[in-house]
Amino acid sequence: MPWFEDIAIGEKTELGSYIFEADDIVSFAGKFDPQPFHTDEEAAKASAYGGLIASGWHTCSVWMKLMVKSRIAEKARKGEDDGSPPGGPSPGFLELKWPTPVRVGDRITYSTEVIEKVDLKSRPNLGIVRSLNKGVNQNGELVMSFIGQGLVQKRDHS
Amino acid sequence: MSEPELYWEDFVPGETREFGEKHVTREEIVDFAKDYDPQPFHLDEKAGAASILGGLCASGWHSCAMLMRMMCDGYILQSASLGAPGVDEVRWQKPVYVDDVLRVRNTCIDRRASKSRPEMGLTKFRTELVNQKDEVCLLMTGWAMYARRDPSAPVETGGAV
Repeated sequence: MPWFEDIAIGEKTELGSYIFEADDIVSFAGKFDPQPFHTDEEAAKASAYGGLIASGWHTCSVWMKLMVKSRIAEKARKGEDDGSPPGGPSPGFLELKWPTPVRVGDRITYSTEVIEKVDLKSRPNLGIVRSLNKGVNQNGELVMSFIGQGLVQKRDHS
Repeated sequence: MSEPELYWEDFVPGETREFGEKHVTREEIVDFAKDYDPQPFHLDEKAGAASILGGLCASGWHSCAMLMRMMCDGYILQSASLGAPGVDEVRWQKPVYVDDVLRVRNTCIDRRASKSRPEMGLTKFRTELVNQKDEVCLLMTGWAMYARRDPSAPVETGGAV
């Protein structure tokens, strides 16, 4: 993770793509979101969605998967001991939207873009970085977006 | 599928439902983290203890997913749910640790009929995932869609509570 001071508003990172296969959609939903339109092909066809769709939490979890993968790759590229701080926890997120369902075989391409940096009066060694995170399908339709927030360490604080 | 018990009309602003008893195991925390969030504090006790989180704890996305499952078991699977357009806000207020026992406190705070789709309505919930110490680990607010029992009935328009 870079230092708070080194993060620039407008910085966009492409996180890569992920294909949602039927067994993956059903397996995630079977554990965490067993609504028939996520777990049962036939029931899904008869539902308002007209076919099997991924749980929105599955779409989000894959964003996190690719985000962590991207950070690990960045760390490897810079070397283990580049002195940068570890990634901090997140206080939560805002404005999560699932505007288009994710269907079987969809290829979702994920990204993150820094949109805001906030100083914390109570914690002078930390700042909050807000990012607009997106998933877009193979037709260019937005399937997921949310404003993520991360606590990031400051290099210079006194 | 059996006939749903709960329609849009059955969620009344001001009403709270409390349900669920979910024991969180080390194995499921680590399994989820390996698949979706392999940061050290979600995988390893020592790394968790050394971090700001103070111990091995669940990915925030895992907490969301566990909450979703508890809501499905608590009422959604008995309802005429049509999914959700998104979530206004999630706050991860306290970590979810190994052996925590979680329950859900779900309050309906607003509702409105859909103008474009008279067969459905929207309901806004404030949902808390609470641990055995009565701490709110996760607070979620957002709208969900439900089929209406009677789309032709007039809709009372009440304000948010």
